[in-house]
Amino acid sequence: MSWLIVGTVPDEDFPLVRGRIRIDRDFLEIGQHQIKIARGTPALAATACMAASVLGIEPPEALLVGDTGKGSGSRKLYAHLVEAMPDLELAGITFHYLLPDVYWHNQVLWAAQKKSRQPLLVADAGFMYVAKMSGFAADYDLFTPDIGEMCFLADETAPHPFYTRGFLLEDESRVEEYISRAYSEKNAARHLMVKGAKDYIVQDQVILSTVSEPSIEAMEAIGGTGDSLTGIITANLMAGYEIPAACHKAALSNRYLGLLARPSPAFSVADLLPFLEQSIKLGNPR
Amino acid sequence: MRFLKSIFAGFSDKTKGLSEKGILVFRHTSEVIRAESLLKEQGLDVLVKGPPPEIQTGCDMVIEFPLIIQLQVLDILEKGRVEPIQVITVQDHLLEPVSLYNVKDFGEYLMVRAANMKITVNKDTLEIVNVSGGGCPDVPFLAEQMVGRNLLQAPEPRSLGQTLCGYSLQLAYEEMKRRCRG
Repeated sequence: MSWLIVGTVPDEDFPLVRGRIRIDRDFLEIGQHQIKIARGTPALAATACMAASVLGIEPPEALLVGDTGKGSGSRKLYAHLVEAMPDLELAGITFHYLLPDVYWHNQVLWAAQKKSRQPLLVADAGFMYVAKMSGFAADYDLFTPDIGEMCFLADETAPHPFYTRGFLLEDESRVEEYISRAYSEKNAARHLMVKGAKDYIVQDQVILSTVSEPSIEAMEAIGGTGDSLTGIITANLMAGYEIPAACHKAALSNRYLGLLARPSPAFSVADLLPFLEQSIKLGNPR
Repeated sequence: MRFLKSIFAGFSDKTKGLSEKGILVFRHTSEVIRAESLLKEQGLDVLVKGPPPEIQTGCDMVIEFPLIIQLQVLDILEKGRVEPIQVITVQDHLLEPVSLYNVKDFGEYLMVRAANMKITVNKDTLEIVNVSGGGCPDVPFLAEQMVGRNLLQAPEPRSLGQTLCGYSLQLAYEEMKRRCRG
């Protein structure tokens, strides 16, 4: 059974495409189309594809469309996914950069839940925002917020991280309080992977483990390091790990990625990927 | 449970979750009418409504719009020279945008975060070396347009962005410019 990565690429002319993904040097390939691996969903998909190869499993499939924020691509993708869902045999779906739209979110979620074998549902980026906004956050298996997004989940009234109320400061020492608050308001998925100086792996409000070493400060500034983490989690889930183990191993691997690449804040996520194979092995000790 | 969801699928999105709408507040009714025309001409899904009682403006009409495209809406209104005095959320009229910045100095590089968006600049050359965070689809596009450019010459996020993430990046960008100019 396959795994589907769903998201957008920053090119309005990029058509709606679905298929198995491949890597060709700095490009992600799907069907006849190529996309540069710079950040966003292409970075997530590329990381998942490369990590799957290291783990000895088939690469994931992706459903991608061009959207630079106007939303027409996202809506086209949502509609396609609702229509295609009954015929898809999926172990899981990783939702990523999509324009938040509550109506279409609900159609997609309910279409997935109608399946006799419901796929695991992972939400990151814009789709995590709309999953919380919809009131159905608890129907998801995993969210992957950073500290700012954790404050957003903790604020029961905020419709977007931009409107998170000021008393929920991005204070990493208060992460446990934010986690508790998000669960009490049913604004968290069954599992959370909270990214920060210390990563928290959470199941039903219980913090199962934390990861804080190795610590590479520059990773915070590099666009796409959250995408690479979600990509590695996706590959670990495809390999059959339970969600907490998949997150813990991915947090370690992503940190080793930084340790091995020795990045400055001016690195791109593409500069890190040559070190992925070794970092996956270090994050998955036998 | 799933059976019930399928029965109520047509309208249960109205009974659960947060409102995704924002409200534009203007000084005068004439501005509301002009703003509505400008936004509808661009194909945006907006409605003129009565203001909630908590808002005391003197104007008896407001415009409801999809909050996520706040940046696009404000850009259209600015170009049309009709600007709201307030933008608020339907969900909670007291909600205001994030106004605190988080600044991290890496030595050679400076990072400014506003809400969920970060921008990082080389302090000597003022080259934008990274844009990160966010979740709306204009973020990777904005990053592509800005990274590698000089802070003072790069396109402003509000000139290309469409969403609240783009708006957050605009705030981070402005704060970075303020700090780099001293």
